[in-house]
Amino acid sequence: MTIQFNDETFRGDYTFRNSPWAIKRFPFPFHEDSYMYSVNMERHRGGPKGSVYEKRFDVDEHYLSEMKDRALVLAEDPLRCQSLPHMALAGWDLLELIMVSKSEDYPELFDLHRNGNSWRWVNRPMGIDHSFTFLDEATLPYGPMEYITRQTQGDFAVLDQRDDNLWMDAGMVTTQADWSLDFDIGMNFFEWHAPVPLAHELNVFKRALKFLLNVQQGSPARRLNWTMTVNPLLDTSPENYPKWGIQKTELTPGNVGAKQHLRVELQTFFRLPRSNALVFPIRCYLIALQDVVSVPKWGRRLHRVIRDLPVELATYKGFIRNRPLIVSYLSQFDDGLPTSDGIWPDLESEPPLQKA
Amino acid sequence: MSAGTEKIDIIVSDIVKVNDLVTRFEFRRADGGLLPTFSGGAHTVVEMKDGEITRLNPYSLMSDPMDQTAYTISVRRDDAGRGGSLFMHHKVKKGDRMVISYPVNLFSLDLRARKHLMLAGGIGITPFLAQIKQLARSNGKFELHYACRTPALGSYVDELTAAYPNAVHVYFDDQQQVIDLDHLLDGQPLGTHVYVCGPKGMIEWVRKTAAALGWPREAIHYEEFLVPQSGKPFEVYLKRSGLRIRVGEHESLLEAIERAGVEAPYLCRGGACGQCETDVIEYEGEFVHRDHWLEPAERASGRKIMPCVSRFEGRTLVLDR
Repeated sequence: MTIQFNDETFRGDYTFRNSPWAIKRFPFPFHEDSYMYSVNMERHRGGPKGSVYEKRFDVDEHYLSEMKDRALVLAEDPLRCQSLPHMALAGWDLLELIMVSKSEDYPELFDLHRNGNSWRWVNRPMGIDHSFTFLDEATLPYGPMEYITRQTQGDFAVLDQRDDNLWMDAGMVTTQADWSLDFDIGMNFFEWHAPVPLAHELNVFKRALKFLLNVQQGSPARRLNWTMTVNPLLDTSPENYPKWGIQKTELTPGNVGAKQHLRVELQTFFRLPRSNALVFPIRCYLIALQDVVSVPKWGRRLHRVIRDLPVELATYKGFIRNRPLIVSYLSQFDDGLPTSDGIWPDLESEPPLQKA
Repeated sequence: MSAGTEKIDIIVSDIVKVNDLVTRFEFRRADGGLLPTFSGGAHTVVEMKDGEITRLNPYSLMSDPMDQTAYTISVRRDDAGRGGSLFMHHKVKKGDRMVISYPVNLFSLDLRARKHLMLAGGIGITPFLAQIKQLARSNGKFELHYACRTPALGSYVDELTAAYPNAVHVYFDDQQQVIDLDHLLDGQPLGTHVYVCGPKGMIEWVRKTAAALGWPREAIHYEEFLVPQSGKPFEVYLKRSGLRIRVGEHESLLEAIERAGVEAPYLCRGGACGQCETDVIEYEGEFVHRDHWLEPAERASGRKIMPCVSRFEGRTLVLDR
């Protein structure tokens, strides 16, 4: 299908909206009526047609507006994009991976012409037609990682692999769930995950690292993560907490369905061939609670998950203060009926909400 | 995750005898397409269908990592081995179709290094050939010290010394030439990383010498592929699969598990990567641990075995597989 790109904002007047198409394909993260950490990895090799899992790098109706928001964040704070000197080759690896994937997966939107190291990249939605020399930084307006991630939705952590560990040595991070690249740059896997509660005790990180160190070329992997955000704000960064933290106090029973958003990250992992680094794209999808509950199964399930979530996790995810308000709103959409297994909306098979 | 990595169908496009012991094989994609790029130090696992037996042996890629038209490997003939190298030398012909894995790198360059100091012994030269090509393209600074038995058996010595006369130093055993390791390690600039690939004794020597001189552990990189050794046949019960299998004299425990149709994870098949680690449920007898992965305490516990290279001698072995 041809994507109609929205003209919308993720700040100020918050005109971000999901179309019915975007709601139906939203990556709902709960496969059952409760949630606990797990090493919930699977291979990233396509998915149902039209789903966010189908392509290697999903492009949707928010593409152009997300790229404008990224440019605004970078103009205010250039440290959101950093690359330590030894990560230049990994940046080229990432540029190649994205250009090849997007031109193959969306030929109507992107073209890549290669003749040896002479490359021409066409990004039709953004109006870019650029010829450059692969592996020659002087022929690009930015470093290779910055160049391509200014044109690709989602954050990117580029991880060096050495000493049986992964190191946060490069990245483009402007749509993050309250973590800072500038703070984490140079840290290893255990260091940057140190603030996460409970998971260390469950040995989740040790097992996850072992898995990630063995992600091989040609075999990318993926998982979902989630949190909650008030207003459709992409840039929930520690740097800007004074600007957005206060918005958590603006929720009321009247506006919670429109203002409170479920924030889901589609995290993928690709081994980069030339550098042996690992790239970790973190793609953020936002959806208002009032749109979640338009899918009866998701309304029932989200109520149960949020209601029963351990206090530590609700605190870490930043919504402990508003949980009673959220649970009270969601309870209207839970009639107590059982839900089907798995994350899919199952609109045809799941019954509509039974009114009390 | 399924076992191993993605596979590539290839055609053996060239076979070149390098010297009395070493033969080089060139592989191209069977469908005529391009091969994946890789990073210097990567290996591929070659599947060898030898009658009833399927062997999967890892070989370092020695071609230019940027060259997507062909991969090359060099295989040293081991007359006393289990037959993988003999199969490559005697049975593989130009034009044969084979299956190899996507590249996997367990011996990658540390790209932070100001200088890469490479120490090769014998056939251990192969990963360095790809790394040197990678570094030469990016103006990376390297120095190679390469020990061979004799000039006649010095694989790629002439090519290396011709291309990099100031960075390559060759030592021949039969001329009593020995790497002056203490002196060499003592004189390196800060930020140098050391890479060693060769016989077990050489790796131990370099690691111990570097440690004694106060080198940080993280700056010493090594790769030693073990090959599974033959041994007495033994029986194993795979509890999850409900299968009793027999491991033959010239086959590894991992190969016997695969032969029984049980999917088991692996990557390097050389005792180094840890991917095939398997839980032992019950045993009566002695383990013959040969891997570099398990810690001494894990070996002593009797609860883990690395089936790619390790064996067992005794009455009962029950695995969680």
